[in-house]
This record gives sequence, C-alpha cells and structure tokens, in this order.
Amino acid sequence: MIVAKRKPFEEIKNLLKDYKKVLNVGCGTCVAVCLVGGEKEVDVLNAELDMARKLEDNPIELGACTVERQCDREYLAELDDKVKDYDAVLSMACGVGVQFLAERFPDIPVFPAVDTSGLAVNQAVGWYEERCRSCSSCVLGLTGGICPVTMCAKGLYNGPCGGTNNGSCEVDIDQPCAWYMIYERLQRQGRLDVIKQLHQAVEWQNQVPRTLIQPGYKKPEE
Amino acid sequence: MKSGSNLEKVLEAGHFAFTGELGPPRGTSADHVREKAAYLKGNVDAVNITDNQTAVVRMASWAASLILIQEGLEPNFQMVCRDRNRLAMQSDILGAYAHGIHNMLCLSGDHQKFGDHPNSKGVFDIDSMQLISMVKRMRDEGKFLGGAEIEEPPKIFIGAAANPFAEPFEWRVHRLAKKIEAGVDFIQTQCIYNMEKFREWIRQANDMGLTEKVYILAGVTPMKSVGMARYMKAKVPGMDVPDEVIKRLQGAGKGKVAEEGIKFACEQIEEFKEMKGVAGVHLMAIEWEHRVPEIAERAKVLPRPEVD
Ligand code: SF4
Ligand code: SF4
Repeated sequence: MIVAKRKPFEEIKNLLKDYKKVLNVGCGTCVAVCLVGGEKEVDVLNAELDMARKLEDNPIELGACTVERQCDREYLAELDDKVKDYDAVLSMACGVGVQFLAERFPDIPVFPAVDTSGLAVNQAVGWYEERCRSCSSCVLGLTGGICPVTMCAKGLYNGPCGGTNNGSCEVDIDQPCAWYMIYERLQRQGRLDVIKQLHQAVEWQNQVPRTLIQPGYKKPEE
Repeated sequence: MKSGSNLEKVLEAGHFAFTGELGPPRGTSADHVREKAAYLKGNVDAVNITDNQTAVVRMASWAASLILIQEGLEPNFQMVCRDRNRLAMQSDILGAYAHGIHNMLCLSGDHQKFGDHPNSKGVFDIDSMQLISMVKRMRDEGKFLGGAEIEEPPKIFIGAAANPFAEPFEWRVHRLAKKIEAGVDFIQTQCIYNMEKFREWIRQANDMGLTEKVYILAGVTPMKSVGMARYMKAKVPGMDVPDEVIKRLQGAGKGKVAEEGIKFACEQIEEFKEMKGVAGVHLMAIEWEHRVPEIAERAKVLPRPEVD
C-alpha cells in the first residue's frame, strides 16, 4: 500500500492560516489502513485545528468527509456539492489523491495534510517498511525478490558495495544491506549465477510522467 | 598498450608498482595540491586524486589532477557514481583525457549521508560496475553508453577498488571476477590489516585465474596512532582491523606508535612483493604525504622504474 505520515501540525496550521472554512477530506483506502488519513484521523486533526485556532482568536469552521478512494473519480462525485460551501480543502490522502482533488476543484486551493513516503508493507501495527520505488522495470526476478532500487541505499544493481558491514548497510547499522540479503537468498536457492552476470546500465523508465493503459483497454488503432 | 599511461607501462613491464594518494583541498589553493605533490614526486608511479572523498565537497578530482600533471606527476583520476549522471561522467572523461589524464579509478562512492551535505540527492545513475563497463566501451569500441560514436576515443587505463574483507567473504572473489568481466585493468584494494584474510582472498583469485587478467595493487595505510586504529575498526564501513594489530600498536609505547605503524606497513609491503598475484602496492597515506618519501625508502621501492 501507499504509506504516508502526517505533516507537522504547525505546517498544516500555517497552510490554512488565511482560511475560515475548510473541508478536511480523508481517504478510506491506503492512508486509512496505515493510520494516517482515514475517518478517525480526519476527526482528530479537525479537533486539534479547531482548538488551536480558537486559542489564536481566529476560529475556523471545519467540515469532515472521508471518501472511499481519492484517486478514483467515481468516489469524488459526492464531494461536488459539499466543496462549494468552503474556501479551501485539506486532503489527508497520499499525493495522488491530493492532486486528483485539486484537479477536480480548480477554483479553490487544496492543501496536503500528509507527507507521502512510499509503497510499503505492514510489518506490525503502525510499522511500515518501504519496498518499491515503482521504477517501471522490475528486477525482482534477478534479485531473489528483494528490491535493490529501494532497499540498497545507493540503489546499486551490482552490489554489494565495499561498505557492507556484516550484513548491515554502511549508512546505518540497523539497516540490513540489501545486497547481503540478496546474496543469501540466491545462495539458498542455488541461484548465485544470476548475480555473477553484469547488470548493464539501467534504461530509466521513470524520468517522465508515466501513463498506463492496460492492453485490454487500449483504443483499437484506427 | 591500452592507454600508454606510466602506471600501465610499469605494470606491463613487470615491475612492482607503487602508487600514492592525494586528497584535494576544501578550497581553491593550488599550492596546497603542489605541496602535497612534491612529497610524492619520484616516489610513486601514479597518484590517486580522490573525488569528494567521504562525501565532503573538495576541489574537483579532475582539476587537482591537472595540477599534478603540471607538476610532472601522473594522476589516477577517481570518479564516484554518487555525484554525476552518465552524461556528466562521460563529458568529464572526455575533458580529463583531453588534458592528459590517462588513469581512472571507478568507484560507487561513500553515501552522501556521511558527508557535509547529508541530505543531498545521491545520483547513482549507474554503479561502479557499470561505470567500468562504460569507460571500457568508450575506449575499446569508441562509443558512448548511448551508442553514438566518439571522435578520438579516450584511452584510459581503467581501475577499480576491491574490498577483500567485507561479508559475505565467499562472494568477494566473484565480485572481483565481475569487475574483470566489466573491463577493469587494475584493482586497488581496501586498506589491508588482516593479512590472513587477504592471503586467502588472493589465493582464491589465483586459483580462479583472475590475477592473470588484472593487476592487483594491495592497499596499505600506515596507522598513525592507536586511536586511528580503533576508529577504523569501529567506524569505517568495510574495514577489517584485527585486535592483534591494535595490540601491537599499543605495545609500541608512548611516542613510538607511528613508527610501529610504518614498520608494520613496510613488513606488509615486503610480503606483497613476494606474494603471487600481487602486482604492486597502493599507499594511502592520507594527510601524511610528507612521510611518503621515508616510507618508500624504507619499503625499498625506490628508485621508481622509468619505462618508455
Ligand atoms: S525493481 Fe524495485 S522499484 Fe522497481 S518495480 Fe521492482 S520492486 Fe519496484
Ligand atoms: S552496504 Fe549494501 S545496502 Fe548499503 S549501499 Fe552498500 S550494497 Fe547498498
């Protein structure tokens, strides 16, 4: 799922300082699962903002609405009527959701309430670890199912580097060395030959905005 | 001859090579480079010029390399993958060669987190293995990585680093093999303190026939103090400093530790001269350049050969 963490409260407050009526929109999918931008978090943030603005003698009127998914047009329709009554929107979705709202309501400002940090797995309650940087040319088949782009601090394709430290990465003793893990996994599977081959320079696919149309949905060629 | 560099000639002729290292200044002083270079002149075959070493901003490696050429020394231009993408790398290689730089050392580079701009964006467009392969392609095929022809391709003697100590140890020799496959001509190893492990690594490299395909220069850094030894053991990623080495330095007594460090380095060099598969020594006496003449003398590597 996509994970995010809430922006520092002061930053959110500052973004909204000139607005009196703000609709806070949560998202019921990824950010709800990772406990940052679902219905509950919308209520908590609104309560904090309400309190802070009262203390500043600058009260704010806050609305709350959590949609199923902010990245899907069909769920945004329910906001059309509500948004009219506000002078700004705060989105607690990932960066994708924020942009989709901003695109749908171009006449009013839409602000992010979270910092989107990546595609991650859920290791334990409230603990997420990034696993993919969506590079568009997946090499997991060559690396024992461990992503070097994400998990190696230098994103090396021919690791490990000379800094690998008894299984830890040179940047942090608590961070496992991706290439050490890749080595161990492939050794276990008797597939070390795969990484004995030189992996040539990557043809980066993620340097321009990417559009994806699944084959079954492409318009037939004229 | 692949490049005709002095280092290549010395190695090609079968001499035991001896290379040095120089860290450019954190400023613009060419004199600073010249002063350090003066200690190295005549005592080494080529001098590595580090590239923003430990991710700290310094005078560009190619620029300090040019000062070295003016002073009559041969530079070994280091290039890390952290700070440049493939366009910048290739253009720097063309420019460096145009100014007479004939050796390169291709490195991944320390992570930016260690340096003076810890939150900079690390580039790592290509890695050290791919850099080796790119330089080889430029030299031997006369083509850029993107495929276009190069007018008058750069003839570079291609170097890389190897760490014989990092885990998984069994993988180390395969990584060396991979660098050879990528096109490396010479290797400079991580500083060696664990001689036993190094002997084992070179034995494996000999057994696999790798030492016939690449020149291996053993990395030597004399310890200046017990504190330095402890620091390297604890803090420098990929460094293997056995306890015996620390004990030996401690045993030297007050005021004599540096002398003991040099003695150990000279003993190592003597052993490397006899070791099958080792083609020379790379002396990394960082911020100790003024001791290089003495170390070279005591290690009996002088005079340096002149090869035409
Ligand atoms: S290689 Fe890594 S970043 Fe690329 S798609 Fe696969 S998991 Fe994601
Ligand atoms: S130590 Fe391992 S994970 Fe860290 S940068 Fe080097 S190869 Fe990558």
